[in-house]
Amino acid sequence: MENLQHSEIITQPEKVIEVNKLVKRFGHFTAVDHISFDVEKGEIFGFLGANGAGKTTAMRMLCGLSKPTEGKGKVAGFDIEHQSEQVKKSIGYMSQKFSLYNDLKVWENIRLFAGIYGMNDKDIKEKTALLLEQLHFEKERNVLVKSLPLGMKQKLAFSVAIFHTPEVVFLDEPTGGVDPATRRQFWELIYEAAAKGITVFVTTHYMDEAEYCNRVSIMVDGRIEALDSPHNLKTEFEAHNMDEVFQQLARKATRKAD
Amino acid sequence: MSQNNELKADSNCQLSIVNYQLSSVNCQLQLPTVNCKSISKAYGSVQALKEVSIDVEAGELYGLIGPDGAGKTTLFRILTTLILADKGTSTVGGFDVVKDYKKIRSSVGYMPGRFSLYQDLTVEENLTFFANVFGTTIEENYDLIKDIYQQIEPFKTRRAGALSGGMKQKLALSCALIHKPTVLFLDEPTTGVDPVSRKEFWGMLRNLKEQGITILVSTPYMDEASLCDRIALITNGQILKVDTPQNIVSQFDNILWGVRGNNMHKLLTDLRLHPSVESCFSFGDTLHVMLNNNALTTTALTTWLSGKGHQDVTIFPIEPNVEDCFMELTKQ
Repeated sequence: MENLQHSEIITQPEKVIEVNKLVKRFGHFTAVDHISFDVEKGEIFGFLGANGAGKTTAMRMLCGLSKPTEGKGKVAGFDIEHQSEQVKKSIGYMSQKFSLYNDLKVWENIRLFAGIYGMNDKDIKEKTALLLEQLHFEKERNVLVKSLPLGMKQKLAFSVAIFHTPEVVFLDEPTGGVDPATRRQFWELIYEAAAKGITVFVTTHYMDEAEYCNRVSIMVDGRIEALDSPHNLKTEFEAHNMDEVFQQLARKATRKAD
Repeated sequence: MSQNNELKADSNCQLSIVNYQLSSVNCQLQLPTVNCKSISKAYGSVQALKEVSIDVEAGELYGLIGPDGAGKTTLFRILTTLILADKGTSTVGGFDVVKDYKKIRSSVGYMPGRFSLYQDLTVEENLTFFANVFGTTIEENYDLIKDIYQQIEPFKTRRAGALSGGMKQKLALSCALIHKPTVLFLDEPTTGVDPVSRKEFWGMLRNLKEQGITILVSTPYMDEASLCDRIALITNGQILKVDTPQNIVSQFDNILWGVRGNNMHKLLTDLRLHPSVESCFSFGDTLHVMLNNNALTTTALTTWLSGKGHQDVTIFPIEPNVEDCFMELTKQ
């Protein structure tokens, strides 16, 4: 019995996110309607859907910010309903709308977030120096975040979100409005993080970015209508690119929300 | 070539000024509907616009394309007479943005990037309010907004603040159109909007264009460039290039290769190590590669890559898109 379990651990890929028939209702409105999926360690998982399809609601549940009405979910091994505090400690989060404090300096932002996640001073100091070097931000160390160009700000925000080496990082439209070159550099940071074993859960409205994910799910009216690798989805929907796949699926939406 | 163009533009402009003195009607025919000349604007030490000049012709669907912080909103606010430029002159519909600002305000439609309707008024109240402010009625110009407004009409008693994002956008567009403006300014109407709704929105813009409305629209999405008659690529407060999307793409003066393989990320990092690779970036399922040595054959590159463990690599010539051009123009 023990042996069997042991071999299971070796052969089974480690699941960082497990979602089983998750539902969220607001009154009579079912925002998230029985979604189920798993995300493996180190995977880049694209979470796509039209505005109002239920992505944000689902993501809030996975981050431990909102309780599911029905169903089960585990993130980094913790139950999203009953262990939401442990979930929050094990994840990183970044969105285009909120990322860093503009009125704090670069190093102060790093210090603040690392402190919130409980890192000790010695680790913070060492890792800050390393991070600034990797990003070529040494000169910006004492600069207020508000005076950084947007592209730099987004790269820093991502690095801060994974500074405490979370099991999984949630990225909510991280590249909106960013110039084309920076957008691509940002994805290279995502690849590096994934290679280090950080699982990446990302939403985007750029369909070329959907191609960069290992697997992509597409939500329509609260349900997951498709989930596979970009290559398989394109084959299944006889599409040339992910935009065509998305257009085919999202057009079916009957919800006129958001 | 480009100098010639500038000279031509200048003489046109002088001609228009002469016409302007002859008759104001003529002026409106001759001047482009929107005309900016050497506009500069700074906020403290931040130079938001540097010597920006653009012309938008009557009936044109004109795209101002660039990332956040490029200066798009600043230019819109100058043209809609909400702020003053530090330097330069602009006219909209033949009217000067400084001297004739009141005439501009009553004749243009403006949809700012941030939702700016009254959240506590209903859909219908908002529309009536904007119609009244501009001295008209919903009925008078209903034809213009019909296709758009009909989609939200079932919710006309709902408060604007309680609308979904897509519906807010349609209401804002209806309100910006209700006085039948000569020029419609749309500041990033599709930012944060999903690809299906974006396509739908551009369909609405095409219809408005067919009804003779001049549209100046800004967007950070480069794939929307091809939907415009002409585009201006803008970054860091400066216009990089103005032309039709087709011309911008055809002026890309480098050979661009598409490369595909099984391990795209490793392929990207390995390609960048090749001495003849000038640049290499991901574009969806393909890498776009530029070489600094045209003597390098695809066979030689394929062999080199297979030495790095890449089997089944395909290399093929590809057409650049507007995003390639933007990246090339912004390269230091």
